[in-house]
Parts: sequence; C-alpha cells; structure tokens
Amino acid sequence: MNFDLTIIVNALPYLWKGFQYTLELTAIAAAGGLFFGTLLALARLSSIHALQMVAAGYVNLMRSIPLVLVIFWFFFLVPLILQAITGATRPPQVGAERTAIITFIMFEAAYFCEIMRAGIQSIPRGQIFSSYALGLTYSQTMRLVILPQAFRNMLPVLLTQTIILFQDTSLVYVISATDFVGAAAKVAQRDSKLVEMYLFVALVYFTLCFSLSLAVKQLQQKIAVIR
Amino acid sequence: MPMIEFKSVNKWYGGFQVLRDCTTKVEKGEVVVVCGPSGSGKSTLIKCVNALEPFQQGEIIVNGQSVGDKTTNLPRLRSQIGMVFQHFELFPHMTVLENLNLAQVKVLGRGADEAAEKSQMLLKRVGMLDHAPKFPGQLSGGQQQRVAIARGLAMDPIAMLFDEPTSALDPEMINEVLDVMVELAHEGMTMMCVTHEMGFARKVAHRVIFMDRGEIVEDATKDEFFGTPRSERAQLFLSKILQH
Amino acid sequence: MNYNWNWGVFFQETPEGGTLYWEMLVSGLGWTLAVSVVAWLIAMIVGAVIGTLRTLDSKAPALFGHAWVELFRNIPLLVQMFLWYFVIPEFVPPLKRWMVNTDPVYAQFLAAVLCLGLFTSARIAEQVRAGIQSLPRGQRLAGSALGLTTWQTYRYVLLPMAFRIIIPPLTSETMNLIKNSSIALTIGLAELTFRARELGEYTFSFFEAFTAATMVYVIISMSANRVMAWVERRVAVPGLIAAGGGGH
Repeated sequence: MNFDLTIIVNALPYLWKGFQYTLELTAIAAAGGLFFGTLLALARLSSIHALQMVAAGYVNLMRSIPLVLVIFWFFFLVPLILQAITGATRPPQVGAERTAIITFIMFEAAYFCEIMRAGIQSIPRGQIFSSYALGLTYSQTMRLVILPQAFRNMLPVLLTQTIILFQDTSLVYVISATDFVGAAAKVAQRDSKLVEMYLFVALVYFTLCFSLSLAVKQLQQKIAVIR
Repeated sequence: MPMIEFKSVNKWYGGFQVLRDCTTKVEKGEVVVVCGPSGSGKSTLIKCVNALEPFQQGEIIVNGQSVGDKTTNLPRLRSQIGMVFQHFELFPHMTVLENLNLAQVKVLGRGADEAAEKSQMLLKRVGMLDHAPKFPGQLSGGQQQRVAIARGLAMDPIAMLFDEPTSALDPEMINEVLDVMVELAHEGMTMMCVTHEMGFARKVAHRVIFMDRGEIVEDATKDEFFGTPRSERAQLFLSKILQH
Repeated sequence: MNYNWNWGVFFQETPEGGTLYWEMLVSGLGWTLAVSVVAWLIAMIVGAVIGTLRTLDSKAPALFGHAWVELFRNIPLLVQMFLWYFVIPEFVPPLKRWMVNTDPVYAQFLAAVLCLGLFTSARIAEQVRAGIQSLPRGQRLAGSALGLTTWQTYRYVLLPMAFRIIIPPLTSETMNLIKNSSIALTIGLAELTFRARELGEYTFSFFEAFTAATMVYVIISMSANRVMAWVERRVAVPGLIAAGGGGH
C-alpha cells in the first residue's frame, strides 16, 4: 500500500478548524464541568437530605450510562428544553456543536463532582471547625478555606480527568459534529484515505496526551514534595 | 567444610556501602547469633545467604555451592535453607496447612498426601496442629511465627535463617517462639539468627557476631562475647540492651 | 414540553417485518453483552500479564509493559476503534480478505472485541501493578526463600492476593468496558445504543427508546456491581479485613 502524505498536508487547514473546536469544547466543558461538579459535590455533602439524594441520583445516573447514549439524549432533549424555556412554537435549531458543549458540561459535572467530593473529604474536619470558630459563614468557609485546598490537592486528578475529557470529546462524531476526528473522518471518507487520516489523528492525540500526562506526573511529584 | 561461609562480602545500595568486607562462617550444627544496632547491616547479611539480596563483591558458599555464581540454581539452593521473617510473611490467602504444603509440592515435588503428612507432623511439633485449617489472619503473631518456622522446616532444610523473628511480636508472645527455636537448637539444627534476644543467645548460641555500620566488629564464642567484648562499640551496645 | 408519549411503540412491528421493536432492543443488548464478555476476557488475561511485567526486576519487560499502557491510554477509544476496523486490516492482507468476504457483523465484532479488550487491558494492567506493589515486599522474599521460582511466586503468592485487593477498581473497569462497548456503533455494530437510536429514528419515539436503553444500562451496571460484590465475598480471606476493602 502507498502512504499519501500530501492528503494530510492539503487537509491541514480543515483539520485545524476541527482541532480548534476540540480544544474549545474541552476547555468549556472542563471549566463548566468543574463549576457544576463542585456545586454537585457540595450538594452531595450537604446536610439537606433531599439535596443529597438528587445530586447523588444525577451523578450515579450519568456515570452508569455510556457517553454515546448521553450525547444522543442531549441531542434530542436540548431543543425540547430550549423550546420549553423560550416558549417557541417549534424546537429551535441548536446545531451539533453547541449541543455537544452543553452535553459535555453536564456529563463532566458528574465526574468532576466525584473528584471534588473526594478532595473536600480529604480536608480534616478541624479546618471547618476552626473556620466556624473564627465566625466565617458556610459559604465563606467553603469558598475561602475548604475548596481552595480541595482544588489544590486534587489538581493532578482534575488534570488527568481533563486529558480523558479531551479524548472523549471525539465522540461528538456520533452526532456528526466537526471536531478534530470529525474533520478527519470527513476528509477520509471523501478521498478514501482512511489509513492516512486515522493514523495521523492517532499520532496527534498520542503525542499530545502522552506529553500532557507526563507533565501532570511531574506536577504530582512537585506537589508531593511541597507537602 | 563449613555449612555457610562468607568471604570478604561487600555490598552497596547505590553509593552507600551496607556490607564491608564481611568474613565469617557457620559450621554444621552451630547456632550463630548476629546482633547489632539497627541499620548495621545484619538483616542484609543474612538475606545474602539465600540470595534474597544480591552482593557485589566477595563470595558466599552454602554447603559447597557458591551463592553468587550465575550457574547456581537459586530456587534449589533456597529450598534447602529455611527462612523465618520478622513479619512472618505467611501467605494470607492460604490456610496454615496450605502454607506448609505449597513449596513441598511445587518445589520439592512431593505428593499431596506426603506433604500434608509432613506438614501435620511439624504443626504438631510447634503446637499448631489444631489451627491447621485456619487462615493466618485468624492467628496471633506468636502463632503465625510458629507456623512460619514449621513452614521452613517442612522443606527439610540443612540450615535455618532467622531474621529478627521476635521483634514484631507483643512481649507476651516472644517466649512461645523462642521456645520452639531453643528446641530446634538442641536438636542440632544449623541456625543463623539475627536477634536482640540476648537470653536466647546465652542459652543456645555457640557464637555471637556483632555488627556495626556494615562491618563485623566482633566474632566470638558466646562466653568470650558476654565475658569481655573486645570492642568498645560492642560493650556500649551490650550495656544498652542488657539494661532492659 | 410538548411530547407525545408512546410507550406502546415497543410492541409495534419493525419496518424489516417479523420482529417487534422490543425484540430489536434485546438483540442489541445481546451484542452489547457478547462484545463485553469477550473483550473482558481479553482484558483480564492481557492486563494480568502486562501488569505483572511492569513489576519485574528486569528492565526490558517492564519497559514493554509501560509502553503498552501508554499506547492504549493516550489515543481516544473512538480513534482506536477506527484503527482496528479501517486501518489495521489494510496492513494484514489475509485479514482484509476475510473481512471483505465474511458477514460484516463478524468483522465488526472482531474489531470491537480487540479494540475494547486491549484498551481495557492497559487499564487493568495498571490496577494489577498497583495491587502487586501494595503487597509487602516480604511476601515476594518469602516465596523466593521457599525456593519458588519467580513465576511460581507470582502464580501462587502475589497474584492471588493482588487480584483480591483490586476487586473494587476491577468492578469499575468492568462497568467502563460495558459502557464503552457502545462506541462499537461507530463501526456499525448493532449493539444496544445503536438499536435505541435506530428505534428513535424509525418511530420518532426517541424519549421512549433512550429511556429503555438507559434503564437497561442501569440494570446491567447494578448487576455487575452485585456480581463483583458476590465474588469479593466468595474470595474474601478469613481474618483479613483489608482484603478487597481498598476502594473508597
């Protein structure tokens, strides 16, 4: 078989656009997932039973079904929900790319929730008591004392989860969104160059993820030394 | 020919020397106690005998075989030497009986019945026969260590190595283990024991080796050692230990 | 929300005729389970071997094990699926010929189980390695001191305990594997999620179809949990509280 490098070179601008979307999706989903995940974690650890139950139910549900099915669910649900919110007569056209962003925020929230929960639980109870003793409110205690420590302790795990998220975003392929893999798949199928395109995509992902995970490992060792 | 012979053994961990020019021997039927402060290299020395720790220079001859020689069949050599560890190291997922049977069957190639018979005889000897179907986690430390001794004996060893066999035990359990060891010594077993139990040493040891900073500082008969140790370091060590 | 519920949809006939929609979902479930079981076996066997290699003293096997883990961990599973189905056969002509001539579902099945099995093997290898390394060093020494060979020490002493300790993480890897099997739909394998989407597209009863699939996945994951908890109890070592209790 002959390996056609020019096809990759010619497709680079298109692939780059797909790759930018992958990065955008990863960044927004990580930030949004962390935000909602932290709220979910606080809910799971709250003393209000109903709140605990709802949060736990959401997290467990998200974690027990495949991401592909979650993507399908949201692709179908998001227009309906938006319609209900805006009161439009027909479900609005959201587009696969924007639906994917909402999906991944909601999905990642469940995973980040469990990381943040572990992080919060790793902080000694004495920290909470001493904050209350100083007169801080619950929200101040969390914002100023507990969450910053939990976040710092869990930073390597959060980053590792983000690398997994970066890989998982490729699944938007199933709703035909044009991320990096989606762009490559479109070129591959158009020109019947599946071998070149998929090997190239694999190489790019491997190089990036391998270097990033090495960096995370180094960070982990640094943190271990500081502690 | 000595049973175990060390000839100028040197060992390094990276740049740190843990054994310095160690030369000594253990004759057949002899009981040798090795003592010294922690970090003196005594545990490392005894682990070199059956090549659990490699050494870089010198030679150790066990029953005529050179331990460091690449052509020596290590599993075979090790199966001839019983070893008892500080933390017992029974296999937690196997019953007491299975712990004794395992190497008899897998290493010596004994039949299941023969091995079980041997195991039961030895368990009886260390007073643990009633516990044969139990798991190690269900036994006290002293009981586990007696089982570990029986496990070593089940291989019909030509010598037994003891690596601080009582230092992980609660005080009230030390004697049940020492009693088994004393009995073994009286039967003429060749023994090399790393231990701080000077009472044991006085009772059964033929020779005492004192180590410090990787060196064999004192290598004397029991009477010489407890009478007048020649080195200051050994005197200091003895005075500290015997206060207790 | 305006939505016309139609739970009766499962008892309607499919366009292919002869079968009902619920039967279509059940056939999808069958493929999900078949892929998961075969891939699980591959993952456990290869994972045990690779995890063990990583704990050996010799450099070369440990390096090989490390490379294996990094290779499968750093490429998205979807891309790996494409590699197994579209790319690797191009380099193996007999495989390519077989794939062209056989019923496509066999080719999809083969690619899916290899992909998921080896991907999961890298993750299980990490758990096995962690399990072995969590055992006291004295266990290995005690095995050697009795004259057991390295292989025998692993076979009778280290691996039986390591596997007991890592049952909780193995449980979550097993569930991940079942969930990941849905990615096989991208190469056309008609597993559960594929069938749920198909049902939705044929009947526009997306909500009902996805709800059914979701419930099935929840039931599978609860059952897998139960099975592993049962296994954990079965192999628990009397007198050891720590065995299998590593997960939080």
